[in-house]
Amino acid sequence: MSSPSTAAALALGDDALVLSHRLGEWAGHAPVLEEDVALANIALDLLGQARLLLSLVGDEDELAYLREERAFRNTQLVEQERGDFAHTIARQLYFSTYQALLYGQLADGMGPLAPIAAKAAKEVAYHRDHAEHWTLRLGDGTPESHDRMQRGLDALWRYTGELFEPVDGLEVDTAALREGWQAGITDVIERATLTVPTGPRRGGWSAGGGRRGIHTEVFGRMLAEMQHLHRSHPGATW
Amino acid sequence: MVTDTPLEAELRALAGSVPDPELPVVTLSELGVLRDLHVLGPGRVEVELTPTYSGCPAIEAMSSDIERVLHDHGIPEVEVRTVLSPPWTTDAISAEGRRKLAEFGVAPPRPTPSGPVALRLAIRCPHCGSTDTTLLSRFSSTACKALRRCESCREPFDHFKEL
Repeated sequence: MSSPSTAAALALGDDALVLSHRLGEWAGHAPVLEEDVALANIALDLLGQARLLLSLVGDEDELAYLREERAFRNTQLVEQERGDFAHTIARQLYFSTYQALLYGQLADGMGPLAPIAAKAAKEVAYHRDHAEHWTLRLGDGTPESHDRMQRGLDALWRYTGELFEPVDGLEVDTAALREGWQAGITDVIERATLTVPTGPRRGGWSAGGGRRGIHTEVFGRMLAEMQHLHRSHPGATW
Repeated sequence: MVTDTPLEAELRALAGSVPDPELPVVTLSELGVLRDLHVLGPGRVEVELTPTYSGCPAIEAMSSDIERVLHDHGIPEVEVRTVLSPPWTTDAISAEGRRKLAEFGVAPPRPTPSGPVALRLAIRCPHCGSTDTTLLSRFSSTACKALRRCESCREPFDHFKEL
């Protein structure tokens, strides 16, 4: 088995790590206790995936806690603030649909990330199921929940193009995932009586650059919170 | 497996008898997470353990519990390695493990779907046996369980999700 590409492991590992942190922010704040627990469990799955991926190419703690913002390779989609519950669910729908396709293909290959992907793909199937269920419930719910769900889908749309940009050393043609992704989210969004956004996902106005270390303003603040304990108290244990 | 020495078989049984840290009614062997054990030399043993979920926090407790029982059995050097492939599945839980889970109040997992269409068998309430149960939340006290309620006896219960 060949050694893993650092760029590929960081891209996937950072996506999982950063989204895990954003989901963890819901602990104690979700609309109902069951969702507090559900989002924390999804965050824990992602954290486990991040640890496996980052450990392939370095020390997981150093990579998570001691890198500067520009060294992170996650997409801008996962670093956005959690927003309201519908906003979080919109991101979960976009991201888990993408991750399910990506890990499914990686798992079918023979590359160094295949064993991690095979394990993660099974977990992500539950994340996607959770996102689908909530998209349907909010979209086809009250006028308030419908509007909020639509706003979440619209607001995050311009961050979705970046998911399909090529990643160095990844044995998956990410651009080829787009069609399956579009079909997957369209099916759920339409059943939820919502509208698939149509704005640009690439080009001048759309977002991107996370894979090259270019991040949005909110990411610096998130990293400060995520890293401060480790940086302020090196080697702390409890 | 065929090359197991009597010592390896003995130590494997010992490591496999360690209870799961989160569901102590089942052993690691019944859960199907103990993959292999090799004696590398006098007093040196390597154990292969597979996690149920990527982020399962119990794996560290499992490793130290295995190390402890093997140390107590006179093996000074124990290395527990985590292996991922092939990924763990709930199908690896033994029949005895399933029986103990149900007795403990956790509905055991159904067989994982093998075809393209998932066959949805009813999930039986571990308290009263009714199959009239409803999903409350896809994720319960741990990632591996879902929270359900029995519509007959009205008791909530955990269901070990198929993976």
